[in-house]
Amino acid sequence: MGITEQDARLPEEVVKQLAEGRLATEQMILNVGPQHPATHGVFRLLATIDGEVLVDAEPIVGYMHRGYEKLVEQRDYRQITNLVSRMDWLSGINNELPLALAIETLMELDVPPRAQWLRVILAEMNRILNHLMFFQSFSAELGAITPTFYAFREREDIQYAMEMVTGGRMHFGFFRPGGLKEDVPRGFYDQALKGVRQVIARLPDYEDLLIGNEIFKQRTINVGVLSKESAYQYGVTGPIGRGSDVDMDVRRDEPYLVYDQFDWEVQSASHGDCFDRFWVLLHEVVESAKIVEQAIEGVPSGPVLGKVPRVIQAPEGEVYIRCENPLGELGMYLVSDGDRRPYRIKIRTPSYSNVSALREILRGTLVADMIAILGSFFFVLGDVDR
Amino acid sequence: MPDINLTDWQILLVKLAIILTVVPIGALAGGYVLHKEMAHMQHRLGPMYAGGFHGWAQTLADGIKFIYKEDIIPAAADKRVFTLAPAIVFAPVLMLYLVIPIDRSLIIEDLDVGLFYLIAIGSVGVIGVLMAGWSSANKYALIGGLRAAAQLIAYELPIVLASAAIAMLAGTLSVVGIVEAQDWPFLVWPPGIGLALFVVFLAGAMAEMSLPPFDMPVAESELITGPFTEYSGMRFIFGFFFAEMAHMIAFAAIGATLFLGGYKPIVPWEPLENIPGVVWFFVKTAFMVFLLLWIRFTFPRLREDQLQKFAWKFLIPVSLALILVTGGWVLYA
Repeated sequence: MGITEQDARLPEEVVKQLAEGRLATEQMILNVGPQHPATHGVFRLLATIDGEVLVDAEPIVGYMHRGYEKLVEQRDYRQITNLVSRMDWLSGINNELPLALAIETLMELDVPPRAQWLRVILAEMNRILNHLMFFQSFSAELGAITPTFYAFREREDIQYAMEMVTGGRMHFGFFRPGGLKEDVPRGFYDQALKGVRQVIARLPDYEDLLIGNEIFKQRTINVGVLSKESAYQYGVTGPIGRGSDVDMDVRRDEPYLVYDQFDWEVQSASHGDCFDRFWVLLHEVVESAKIVEQAIEGVPSGPVLGKVPRVIQAPEGEVYIRCENPLGELGMYLVSDGDRRPYRIKIRTPSYSNVSALREILRGTLVADMIAILGSFFFVLGDVDR
Repeated sequence: MPDINLTDWQILLVKLAIILTVVPIGALAGGYVLHKEMAHMQHRLGPMYAGGFHGWAQTLADGIKFIYKEDIIPAAADKRVFTLAPAIVFAPVLMLYLVIPIDRSLIIEDLDVGLFYLIAIGSVGVIGVLMAGWSSANKYALIGGLRAAAQLIAYELPIVLASAAIAMLAGTLSVVGIVEAQDWPFLVWPPGIGLALFVVFLAGAMAEMSLPPFDMPVAESELITGPFTEYSGMRFIFGFFFAEMAHMIAFAAIGATLFLGGYKPIVPWEPLENIPGVVWFFVKTAFMVFLLLWIRFTFPRLREDQLQKFAWKFLIPVSLALILVTGGWVLYA
């Protein structure tokens, strides 16, 4: 096919395609977000598409930046554990944990064993809540609406148990430097066991509905493959990293609290596609449920708050604590100048590192795959922007 | 019964009035069934308050809400095309009901080419969808509109081929004639072929109506509402919700008519013969609606390229083979 005079006025790319005898197409910029149902918040993806193929996709973050690191500097140590609870709104307990540990390490506070065990129970129940939420959002994004509501049904019992203890459903604010705010109420263990056992019992249903479903497999297997090398380079952790065979879990590698006393396994998969990420997420729910069951059996009696001075004033120094957040490694770097307030805090949130890998794996995929990949990249926007 | 003599014009007006009342009411009822069936499959109750008994008036309340909504036309939209599109989506759906026999003699117009008419009219609506996608000045709407068009081209063929096989078996294109030609047991007669044709027809119909799992044109998690993203108020209702519901019920009725024996009783047994055909027709249509919704709530969504592959590489060859088998059956049985 020759190039006519009219064709010559077309963009260079189109002319080149015409000269090669191909179907001439033009690229189009598609702005996904900041308000889009698949981005779970104000996350923006600047996608360049050619037909339905993504030529490029640039994640743009920061629409929800609230300045947590600065806010923390203005408040004293008792207040800031409650503040960071709001950072990743799906796993409040797991946000409070590293900060509480950092303060305790700096001040050399002793945490009573009962508090440590209860912290594990609460953190793991929070992990189940978080994972079930991502289970539902992923299935909803792939168009399967029924599993969505099943996940909410299972969440409710665990949610209620958390409510019994903390009084909150999202922002728990229950950890204090030195232990917990108070002991768990009567009936909590039964409610918690009921919740986690239900989750374990109903997991086969989920597997039938999604993992065994032919359409689900077609939509997820070999879609959005994140290689092990890339996962390491971008610092991808958590279920997404473990889906790419990054066999890392702070709970096992550097046990904090009493994680070394339980019998559980780190789940990982090797292909790094959407299916593997989802598989790891779903099976981590079972592992967490196992930990909760064992911890409830073994929880010792005693006080839940250690000897803490009336005014918490950390000595001069610095400490870095990392914990396994449901979405990956959450690190808190705390610097104190001996004041009642932290001098500086640097928070390494898992979602932020995880979404940075998006651009690489989104290139060359289809628009529909983009949604599957975003859904399988379990991120909370508050955790990305904080 | 008094002797009523009506002119042709009056008869036409009565027929129009019947369609214009029955279809929206049917669509409302369909909306309610959609809410309730989805809710019960998902372990919840669904709307329970509006109207008293099990929230029966919920769709009515939704409709009233939509009437009061502001009718927004985007500044960059092509206004004439934008306003016309919902009508072009909705009108053909209404026209489908013309040739569906509710009982042996209860049919608006028993066309000699009824089946052909159904297929032809059933695919006009996509022009409206394409118009909506193009005129909205929205990239998501555009992608949705193009997906709908591509989907229709791929899935029109299996429907046509499955219907052609049915017409071959019945030896007529008249819808009443097809029902009359069907023998018990429905659906599996002639052995094997009937069921296979039904499955092909169902897949094709679901894709043509873009019902989940073939709802890529509207894919709410990707394209918000596809071609109808920019619509609001009554335009949204007529172009999207009403049209989808009425289309689904129409195709359920067509499926019940072509494959399940329409107004005939499910088994040829004397007491059942006395039940009016209208009842059988509605029972079978309701069953089809239930089936379509059941599939809808169970499966995740396919991808557009996978859908095309499924149509061209599997469904169309299968339906061609079925035509061959049906031809053999008609010749030798």
